[in-house]
Amino acid sequence: MIAFLIKRLFHALLVMFVISLIAFAIQDNLGDPIQQLVGQSVPESEREALREEFGLNDPFITQYLRFAGNALQLDFGYSYVFNQPTTEVIARHLPATLELVAAATFLIIALSIPIGVYSAIKPRAWLTRFFMSVSIVGISIPVFLTAIVLIQIFAIGISWAPFPADTGWGAWLNDVLSTEGGMPAYGRGDPVPVFGPWETNFSSLDGLKYLVLPAVSLASIMLPLFIRLIRAEMLEVLQSDYVKFARAKGISMRRIYFLHALKNTMLPVITVGGVQIGTLVAYTILTETVFQWPGMGLMFLNAIQRSDIPLIVTYLMIVGLIFVITNTLVDLIYGLVNPTVKLTGKPA
Amino acid sequence: MTVTTSSRTTVGPRIKKTLLATAISATLAGAGLFATAAQAENTLRMAYDADPVSLDIHEQLSGGIMQLSHLLFDPLVRWDQSLNFEPRLATDWEQVDDTTMRMTLRDDVTFHSGNPFTAEDVVWTIERLKRSPDFKAIFDPIASAEVVDEHTVEINTVRPYPLLLNLATYIFPMDSEFYSGKAPDGDPKDEIVKNGNSYASTHVSGTGPYTVVERQQGVRTEFARNPDYWDDASPGNVDTLVLTPISENATRVAALLSGDVDFIAPVPPNDLERVRQSDDAKLVTMSGTRIIMLHMNQKRVEAFEDPRVRKAFAYAVNQEGIADRLMKGFATPAAQMSPESYVGHVDSLTPRYDVARAKELMAEAGYADGFEISMMSPNNRYVNDAKIAQAVAAMLARINVDVNLKTLPKAQYWGEFDNRAADMMLIGWHADTEDSANFHEYLTACPDADSGAGQYNAGNYCNPELDKLVMEANQEIDLEKRAEMLQQVEQTLYDDAAFVPLHWQDLAWASAVNAEIEPVLNVMNFPYLGDLVVHDNAE
Repeated sequence: MIAFLIKRLFHALLVMFVISLIAFAIQDNLGDPIQQLVGQSVPESEREALREEFGLNDPFITQYLRFAGNALQLDFGYSYVFNQPTTEVIARHLPATLELVAAATFLIIALSIPIGVYSAIKPRAWLTRFFMSVSIVGISIPVFLTAIVLIQIFAIGISWAPFPADTGWGAWLNDVLSTEGGMPAYGRGDPVPVFGPWETNFSSLDGLKYLVLPAVSLASIMLPLFIRLIRAEMLEVLQSDYVKFARAKGISMRRIYFLHALKNTMLPVITVGGVQIGTLVAYTILTETVFQWPGMGLMFLNAIQRSDIPLIVTYLMIVGLIFVITNTLVDLIYGLVNPTVKLTGKPA
Repeated sequence: MTVTTSSRTTVGPRIKKTLLATAISATLAGAGLFATAAQAENTLRMAYDADPVSLDIHEQLSGGIMQLSHLLFDPLVRWDQSLNFEPRLATDWEQVDDTTMRMTLRDDVTFHSGNPFTAEDVVWTIERLKRSPDFKAIFDPIASAEVVDEHTVEINTVRPYPLLLNLATYIFPMDSEFYSGKAPDGDPKDEIVKNGNSYASTHVSGTGPYTVVERQQGVRTEFARNPDYWDDASPGNVDTLVLTPISENATRVAALLSGDVDFIAPVPPNDLERVRQSDDAKLVTMSGTRIIMLHMNQKRVEAFEDPRVRKAFAYAVNQEGIADRLMKGFATPAAQMSPESYVGHVDSLTPRYDVARAKELMAEAGYADGFEISMMSPNNRYVNDAKIAQAVAAMLARINVDVNLKTLPKAQYWGEFDNRAADMMLIGWHADTEDSANFHEYLTACPDADSGAGQYNAGNYCNPELDKLVMEANQEIDLEKRAEMLQQVEQTLYDDAAFVPLHWQDLAWASAVNAEIEPVLNVMNFPYLGDLVVHDNAE
């Protein structure tokens, strides 16, 4: 276990080294940061002076070694836009993203397991067919479209009336369709400070209200995938000999479904889930942009638009770290669920 | 009820009407609702597409910083809606001699810190502006500023300079006592730091209508009305302003339509109709002063040295069509750089769209079969910029010119622009001085790396006589004579077809119906929010 963690630590360092090198190598293609820092009528001589001051004229190796030397002392430089150390900027934006991902993950787990299991147990029920067709649609709609539609329906409200309003039934149908909206369209509202830079939306009903639409949009990407995955795995497990055997022995169906079958179903789901949580972090960029959710994704997109290279490099390194950490956690959990797996990596 | 204000070409008459309307409604509100209005806390939640980068108003010369300056500070003078000067902290000014202007300052003004505002602060501020990397170039003409007495200041220019009042709109006096001395980290409080924390980038003391209560950069800034604001005549009644940057166009509009914010800018052209139709919001548009144009690089393409070819290009491009269809009317077709409100504007210059004439000219110049060129445009800097470039490319195809178009995000575009990396390049320009000469100095003057002239002249058009004329105009104190000179410049550029003009990009704002935004908006896009009136929701 200790050896495994040490190995993973080296793994993380290697990943971060490679990412920093790549991010640094492409920085010339990200645009001129000086351009973003000065007004349009600033003369070239002033720009050159700033470039010199920022060390942008030094050769690549010099710039990288300077960065790497500071990074080893946990100094990742100053964001050009925020005028603050990049680590501070990210620490301030990280909680918003983590809360959003947590809420989306919660939605995915809470919905995908019951729906997946149900549709495996009752593959022919009309409800199953409904879930399956909705999930096909869900997979094919891009997240920003989901987000815009959610905003239109639940924040702005629909005011169009397709049915004749002068008939009783038409008015009633229009009434059912029209909604006043009422959900917040953007931002986090007034999150409550917990400690340090961490402010939470989970502590109040108002805070949760701000979380709902972004979390639903973010969850909408993974939810159909997980429902289908759980369903497929469960169907397979239910066909297996040991389930048939258990059934023959007269063990109650409830016990077979939820103890024996579900446990084996979850093994591959956890592996996929771990990888997908990393992807979820990446998808927050889209969701956060549409909802102006002040997290890392929105920050990253702004940093790209403004060529804030130190912030971009730090962000990429931290996302790399998150991937390594989630993968490590997945492996640990996998070991807990299935004790035959050995963490040192050799198959049992 | 849908209230839509649309003042496309002329700003003047429309404004007078709204001003009158405001005056009347303000009187009525004052008489009838005074007791309730005095108790109600008015909050305006607003969303711009970007956040000002710093609280130090001398750190960057940008729209965001100028908007912030008008909230936290007051300029010596400011533009009104018809581009006349309106006294603010300077109540009076007179030209003492060719190079000296004496300004009388208000004597009843205090800074947010409680320090009184004096001539000393104006001198201090001008000296700081001359040190700021972003502002020093435009403050070059000012030689010095001197205190005459506590409320009188004299500004000396290097040579006779007709645009001193234009510059005075950039002088937002800062609290010299507040910004003097050393900050806790040992650095001087008045230092201007481009990237990094300075005292001035996080602490403010101005004379303006608002103070900063809380600021989380990129997320939210809260302003509170300055209780000691000197301008008692200002009808402004907003107690708290909350600014949230919302960079995503669709979300910004959604936030307004759902009632989460009360004021947004800019309104993206694709959503104009939606906002106009909404019962809960109103839209205000104005013809802007930012020219969108294309340079034709004479150094890269030999054919562009021939005025007939350049003219053929000007004839081939359908400005009206782009403004109408592509911009959905959200642009004013242009045939010159100066918009109507500028002194250099020549009324008779109208877009010349005539494909047959363009073909003739191409044939005359010996290019009947056309040629191939490259074109570059940003794709996220100006409204519909990439689409405009595509449209122009399609129009040029009709005179047999083959265009290789490349569009880039703005972060990468300007580097290519500085390298003059394509034969035709798109640029938008707004004159910092609200003056015609500025266009010529940056966009069409003979490029000169030392003086900075023609810094954005990617066409390499060069006419030394025009440069001389502009230089003379910039020393001409007789404003009528000066206007004539600048009009002559526009006429010559038009006759030479020095560039391909496209349009002036319009401006659009939208707000909740109870906010009287019309009187506080202007073509510079610095809403004077200090004067904003918000009616009680009950109405």
